[in-house]
Amino acid sequence: MATETLIWLLPLPPVLAFFLIVLFTNKNKALSHTIGVGAAALSWLGSMVVFSRALGVEHLGERPFTSSIPWLPTGETWLRIGVLIDPLGAAVLFFVAWTIFMIFLYSVGYHNFGQPEGDHDRPGLQPHGATVTDEHGHRHVVPSVEPMYSRFFAFLGLFAFGMYTLVVSDNLLTLFVGWEIMGLCSYLLIGFWYGKESARNAAVKAFMTTRIGDVFMLLGIAFLYSATGTLTFREIFTEEVLHALATTTTPILGLSAVGLIALLLFIGTVGKSAQWPLHVWLPDAMEGPTPVSAMIHAATMVSAGVYAVIRMFPLLTADFDGHTLTTAMSVVAFIGAFTALFAATIAVAQNDIKRVLAYSTISQLGYMIAALGIGAYVAAAFHLITHAFFKALLFLGSGSVIHGMEHGVLHTGNHHVDPQDMFNMGGLRKKMPITFWTFLVGGFALSGFPLITAGFWSKDEILADAFGHGHLAVFVTLAVAAFLTAFYTMRQITLTFLGEPRTKEAEHAQETPWTMTVPLIVLSVFAVTYGWVGIPEHFPLFGGILPNWFHNFVGSTLAEEPEALPFNLIPLMTSLVVALGGLLLGWLAYRNVKTPAEDKLQIPLLKNKWYFDEAYDFLFIKPSYWFAETFVYKWMDKGVIDGILHAFGHATAFLGTWIRNYIDKAIINELIGDGSARLTQWFGGRLRPIQTGRIQQYMLASLGVLIVIGGLMFSLLVK
Amino acid sequence: MIPLSWYLILSAALFSIGLFGVLARRNAIAILLGIELMLNAVNINLVSFWRYGDVTQMAGQVFAIIVFAVAAAEVAVGLALIISVYRTRKTVVADELDLMKW
Repeated sequence: MATETLIWLLPLPPVLAFFLIVLFTNKNKALSHTIGVGAAALSWLGSMVVFSRALGVEHLGERPFTSSIPWLPTGETWLRIGVLIDPLGAAVLFFVAWTIFMIFLYSVGYHNFGQPEGDHDRPGLQPHGATVTDEHGHRHVVPSVEPMYSRFFAFLGLFAFGMYTLVVSDNLLTLFVGWEIMGLCSYLLIGFWYGKESARNAAVKAFMTTRIGDVFMLLGIAFLYSATGTLTFREIFTEEVLHALATTTTPILGLSAVGLIALLLFIGTVGKSAQWPLHVWLPDAMEGPTPVSAMIHAATMVSAGVYAVIRMFPLLTADFDGHTLTTAMSVVAFIGAFTALFAATIAVAQNDIKRVLAYSTISQLGYMIAALGIGAYVAAAFHLITHAFFKALLFLGSGSVIHGMEHGVLHTGNHHVDPQDMFNMGGLRKKMPITFWTFLVGGFALSGFPLITAGFWSKDEILADAFGHGHLAVFVTLAVAAFLTAFYTMRQITLTFLGEPRTKEAEHAQETPWTMTVPLIVLSVFAVTYGWVGIPEHFPLFGGILPNWFHNFVGSTLAEEPEALPFNLIPLMTSLVVALGGLLLGWLAYRNVKTPAEDKLQIPLLKNKWYFDEAYDFLFIKPSYWFAETFVYKWMDKGVIDGILHAFGHATAFLGTWIRNYIDKAIINELIGDGSARLTQWFGGRLRPIQTGRIQQYMLASLGVLIVIGGLMFSLLVK
Repeated sequence: MIPLSWYLILSAALFSIGLFGVLARRNAIAILLGIELMLNAVNINLVSFWRYGDVTQMAGQVFAIIVFAVAAAEVAVGLALIISVYRTRKTVVADELDLMKW
């Protein structure tokens, strides 16, 4: 099959699976997950074929796989949609295919396939466990299967469709379509257990917050289209178009057109990739089932935000001279670096195992954004991919931990123990060895453990880029953030896996089934080895053993390939010190901590996430409610609009009463109607006596009248 | 030849007597008689005007004959009515037949 055709077909299996499951196989759990996982496997296979073919093409950056068809006629021209796999697309496709496939597989185990139906399970709530009686007559409580199992795979399928569409599209239009499909799916999946109020609220929050970004992104797309007349990447990223855009000025902040477009598109990314100030939705999104967290917060949706900025990199840097950052780039770099540090400080004080990872994700995405802001294209893409692998690994690992803890909770029957609180865990390394080792790999990769983990190489490259190009503020911020990252990662590992169990539930935790551990192992392999494809050439000892394939491959996407940086010892030493120092300090500080009270870093400011939720509540949500309820509803609607209507009503009623009283009743009724009647009655009454009924009187009267008339006629006519 | 005015005076006298009868008498039959007198006064007029006018025109006589026929029919109907009234009311006094009163 031609590669282009294959690329067109990549997004289709998941969406077909979605429709099949929703329409036909919803009742049958086994068939549904077979279809779902099968579709993911098909797309994975196709992606691997595309990826391997892409590797075989020389100068893929100049001659990518691309094909497009006209879609919407717009007057004289057509909006074209199409597919594009260039080096960046191929690299992203690689990790997307792997993580999506692993997450599908993992979901089978996470939702307890093969376990009995729960005793009291209801759709919309987490499964609560089922009681079974074994052959000896003992009763056990075991995990029960998710009631909406099929539905989950259907949503995952649609989500995967959105991501594949986004990755393979060659234009902003279909990219945005995939982007929005994912937005919808994240809403559906975060609110998957819609029986919980917190899940419902989190779903709405995620949807609304990302919507803010999406609106700006749509504005950016519209502006771009009106300025250039095309949305296809390869038509936009030509010398002439970029130059024309860079030399056009806009009335907003003195930005050039290209800067404004880049910033508008970037705001979409801020929402989608949960950057400050739109980061608030991501931690709450942890209400969803864990594979969803991994899917949304590692592999797909948040990465999509960064991917969009990487794609739009030529726009962002169109008027960049190579030394001084442009306004747009400064904004991007500031938001990225600030988010990286800011989210890391919050992660230090969180106790929920998934929330720590959520803030860590925000922080790491900030890294990539900061890297893009300073023009480190390859480093950002590299970190995006390594991060997707190890963060998916960590999320799935945390899901495995939670799953094991839930097993313990079912065993003891004490449902007050929160299976996600790290202070309820401890000592899980013995109970869940595979989860422990893979989590350790993921955690070390996240911390940037030197030399062996992928996270080290990608993070080091960002730091080296920041230092090498003289962006010292960004460098220092990111270094501090990296230190905190290592610290909270080690805190998490220590609290969860090391030491002794803090609760009975932790003592009875159990390793999870193979469908969950296999994805962990596969992802942990990538979390280590993927770093090796991007080792800088001038790195001491290791440099040059393996060629810096990633830099050359992804770098060739751009028209001007970025130069490889000369090696510098300072960033290397910095990343070594912060990673190892953070890890060591985290272990030292938490190895003997038994309760949250002993944790010195549980300071309210960090614990409450710098009060951002409260601040937004006060600044935006309360005013919105006030605006909606008091201003619009009470004042405008009930006061002004209803007031006007009531005034009209009252005036009309008054006028009506007046007309009734003074015109209708007085004139029409009394005067004309009743008056004429009374007049007639009066005359009748007066004339009545002459009707005596005596014929002779009538005749006499007639005679009299005759005489009078006769006399008159005689006197008048005869004379 | 007797002048026309004599006939007219006779006729007027006869009409007045009839009119007086109609207006003054209380008995319904007497009233009917008064009507007959008035009709005959008219007949005298009709015939006299014919005789003193163009004799070749027969209109006056024809009218008189028609009046006779009508009077005869009228009396027949009138008497029948009076008899009917008498049967139900046991009276033929005009003043007592006042059902048309309000």
